[in-house]
Amino acid sequence: MKIPQHRGPVSSLLLQILGQNDLSTDLTELNEVATQALSDSDILCDEDLQLCLFALYELHYGGFERVSDQWEWHPGLLAFRARLETAFEARLRDAVGELPAIADTADQVAAQLFELAGSSTGPSVSEFVLRHATVEQVKEFLIQKSIYQLKEADPHTWAIPRLTGRGKSALVEIQYDEYGSGSAGKMHSELFATTMAGLDLDSQFGAYIDEIPAITLASVNMMSLFALHRRLRGAVAGHLAIYEMTSSIPSARYARGLRRLGFQSPVTDYFDEHVEADAVHEQIAGRDLAGGLIEEDPELGPSIFFGAHAVCFIDDLLGRWQMEAWEQGRSSLRSKELIR
Amino acid sequence: MSENDTSITVCPRGPLLVRGDFEILDDKGQPVPRTRETVALCRCGASAIKPYCDGSHKLNGFEKNR
Ligand code: FES
Ligand SMILES: [Fe+2]
Ligand SMILES: [Fe+2]
Repeated sequence: MKIPQHRGPVSSLLLQILGQNDLSTDLTELNEVATQALSDSDILCDEDLQLCLFALYELHYGGFERVSDQWEWHPGLLAFRARLETAFEARLRDAVGELPAIADTADQVAAQLFELAGSSTGPSVSEFVLRHATVEQVKEFLIQKSIYQLKEADPHTWAIPRLTGRGKSALVEIQYDEYGSGSAGKMHSELFATTMAGLDLDSQFGAYIDEIPAITLASVNMMSLFALHRRLRGAVAGHLAIYEMTSSIPSARYARGLRRLGFQSPVTDYFDEHVEADAVHEQIAGRDLAGGLIEEDPELGPSIFFGAHAVCFIDDLLGRWQMEAWEQGRSSLRSKELIR
Repeated sequence: MSENDTSITVCPRGPLLVRGDFEILDDKGQPVPRTRETVALCRCGASAIKPYCDGSHKLNGFEKNR
């Protein structure tokens, strides 16, 4: 993807450093401005810091045009990222608070996760899209989603080699489906690109990065945080379980909302596919992935439920952010004037 | 995969999860369109995409007091 526009002193410096491709650059100043930003702001919704995290993680995915691949494992940048991650993880743990008692059988673990997934009290974006959203609002909704959905499933894949046994088989079984079961063009990320194209949106990954607000970046940065640390492999499983468990019913609403606005297959395929697919995935993720992991190693329980609670927390905030904007008649995206 | 590797898991309050080598036929013996290997078959009766599950069992309290 292209290098994003900066959003403040830290990202300004970081993106400039990345773009210059001089691996011997002194990072002292970068660390200093970050110290200031970390003490001044709430990292969860700080545009500047979330963009930095996003950029540092992106080095491990598709990277940036004209930015050296060598930066990916640059020790100084990794140390810098660790500072942001420490603050981000602490913020998430703080929001999640103390975890309730965790079951020790797969069946009960699945039941606990289903209950958690069903307990959201936030406003329903899917209900709104089903009944009221305009084409412009649906476009905005797709732009918000695109920063994850165009690489759907990729973060969780990183956990595969870190798991064993039934949990590993379950994750592979889900991911195989996410990647289109071996049929070219059927990856969920590709179905999403088709939906975007159907609404005249640019489906290149990162095309809308400058419009994506911090809270949305936080939701994808959280996945990368879990995915890139072996110690958080349980959180990947808990995160995926909640994603799967909160997908079928909303996806059916999104598909119907699109049909209400006159769209049909293949534009609606992404959402129709998720009605059926995630009704399967949620069972596998709850029982075999999360449940299987806990039966094999009960010590993974807290990590799994931390991931599950963290995604509920962020998704709730995201839903509120989205609905509040629409209720006030404005966009939930960063406005063009703010980008500079 | 041999027939013996086919399994049906009864998910509490949810669908039947069917894995392995199998065919789903309609009442006339015609194959039901299927795009994935492991499927969830609706057990609650409320799915809009029967025979597959669409998650509706979570809304209708299926087997809630089991
Ligand atoms: S069992 Fe899931 S919709 Fe009927
Ligand atoms: Fe998917
Ligand atoms: Fe899925």
